[in-house]
Amino acid sequence: MELVCPAGSLSALKIAVDNGADAVYIGFKDDTNARHFAGLNFTDANVVKAIDYAKQRQVKVFVAINTYAQSRGWERWQKAVDVSANYGIDAVICADISVMEYAATKHPELNLHLSVQGSATNRETLSFFANNFNVKRAVLPRVLSLKQVETLASQSPVDLEVFAFGSLCIMAEGRCYLSSYLTDESPNNCGACSPAKAVRWEQKGNQLYSRLNGLLIDKYEEGEKAGYPTLCKGRFNVNGRIFNAIEEPTSLNTIELIPALASAGIKAVKIEGRQRSPAYVENVVKTWRRALDAYRHDPARFAVKPMWNDALSKVSEGTQTTLGAYTRSWQ
Amino acid sequence: MKLSLGPILYFWEKQRVLDFYQQAMASPVDVIYLGETVCSKRRELSLSDWVDIACQVKAYGKEAVLSTLTLLAAESEIKTLKKYCDNGEFSVEANDLAAVQLLSEKGIPFIAGPAINVYNFKTLQFLIKKGLQRWVMPVELSKGNLVDILGDAEEDKSRSSFEVEVFSFGKIPLAYSARCFTARYYDLPKDNCQLKCIHHEGGLEVLSQEDEDLFTLNGIQTMSGRLYNLESELAAMQDIGVDIIRISPEPTGIFEQISTFEQAMANGSKNISLSDADCNGYWFGKPGRNISREELS
Repeated sequence: MELVCPAGSLSALKIAVDNGADAVYIGFKDDTNARHFAGLNFTDANVVKAIDYAKQRQVKVFVAINTYAQSRGWERWQKAVDVSANYGIDAVICADISVMEYAATKHPELNLHLSVQGSATNRETLSFFANNFNVKRAVLPRVLSLKQVETLASQSPVDLEVFAFGSLCIMAEGRCYLSSYLTDESPNNCGACSPAKAVRWEQKGNQLYSRLNGLLIDKYEEGEKAGYPTLCKGRFNVNGRIFNAIEEPTSLNTIELIPALASAGIKAVKIEGRQRSPAYVENVVKTWRRALDAYRHDPARFAVKPMWNDALSKVSEGTQTTLGAYTRSWQ
Repeated sequence: MKLSLGPILYFWEKQRVLDFYQQAMASPVDVIYLGETVCSKRRELSLSDWVDIACQVKAYGKEAVLSTLTLLAAESEIKTLKKYCDNGEFSVEANDLAAVQLLSEKGIPFIAGPAINVYNFKTLQFLIKKGLQRWVMPVELSKGNLVDILGDAEEDKSRSSFEVEVFSFGKIPLAYSARCFTARYYDLPKDNCQLKCIHHEGGLEVLSQEDEDLFTLNGIQTMSGRLYNLESELAAMQDIGVDIIRISPEPTGIFEQISTFEQAMANGSKNISLSDADCNGYWFGKPGRNISREELS
């Protein structure tokens, strides 16, 4: 299985390449990609450096152009596709139908991957993208159980990539407007969820309050580990019960599923986290490289090493990991 | 402009649903959407029950549409979807591209529901080629987005080839998950959810720890905490060229709301007062939860 790694900056990209990525995925410095965060992503000049660095080391570069283009400013998405094609990018990762149509028509030689934001959770939807735009690979939303992934892999008209590690979206990607409901930005409309501009931290006595656009997402006692106020991971009040009503701060870690995913014919595993630090990228890529190599050398005797999980826990949200939707009990 | 009644997003007992549609048929709505769009485990009504209601709606002189499931992951869900698409009589609202794929393969025209991500005219144009005849705008889009898209359609001389419907009243469907949040509230796994959502006719309210309304949990769906209410924008929608105003079923007061909308459409939107339980932010390009009273004319 191909190890697809995040790079929010040139330094993260170099680290991912040096530590064993088979492919890196990047985005441009605008709202055409779903990690449109301040201080992140690539200018045209940096893209050239990124491609040179990766290609010299036989590592592929994918470009995420995976937000939904609006009528006004549609040219930005068009330009992102053109630039990627001209630089000889290995694949663009898209979600919007109009962007796919443009890429497929204008640059038929450019490989198209369907982004997780394209919300393809079944073979009919995969067929829609394969038949209409000759999509080569699709990234599956983090809502399918392992059994569903296996079934889908056996019927899919395109290669499949799944999320292996990183921050866990609890909702079907591309189908969540919670962020634009509380702020004015969502992953679909401008590539941001719970945007930093809307975050406020407030010390009240011994308690630390985290707010998003003024609304209380969580509060922490002294000494309690505080997390970024991603709106689905706060503690809320449902009929008087205060709890993580939607999801706890936790990260997806599927390292123990490597044999199952490989047997199912999954083509690539994806590490989430273009917004994370180079140290995160180094730690996660190195660990996953070791795990995938261990599986490749001796699939029958593959066993998860405690040191892998220890390393990954250190960079996990809330220092917890989960198998997420892959296990039915989580659902 | 016509009025439509969207699919019931909550899980209600069969008799309640049947009674609801008797009232709906007698109400001023012109189009009625029927079917389960949220969770395939909700089986109070089968497809044939929905088709029976659709036949009654049609006999009553109104348009009936079958709405399909939004998040399709299991084989059984695709099988049911095929039956919806093959019903042979009623139009289908596609809420996932799987339905678009099945319908367009067979050359059957379709309605694109609000969960299909159409954010620009080029995407709409592509779906029109595939058989789209009516477009329900995604809920997070604004009046400005709509004006841009319809302007592009005018320029393309294709505005007359499709209808536009806007979700205009009710709790807003905001997100879909593999996880059932109602079951989670009861500490039950989804596989043994005991269909607890049937006890929450309007979902479960999620408040912040400072008691501010945030969301509504409805099984695997997360909805807005507030009621979207575009009653004050009916005249503006008429001007832009919106064809259909969608009212989404709520457990109480929905038929009064339909009458209010009908009167406002007939008399112009006057003396509209929005309550703190309402919101209209998305329409104005603001956070969806916002309420803009100053925008009212």
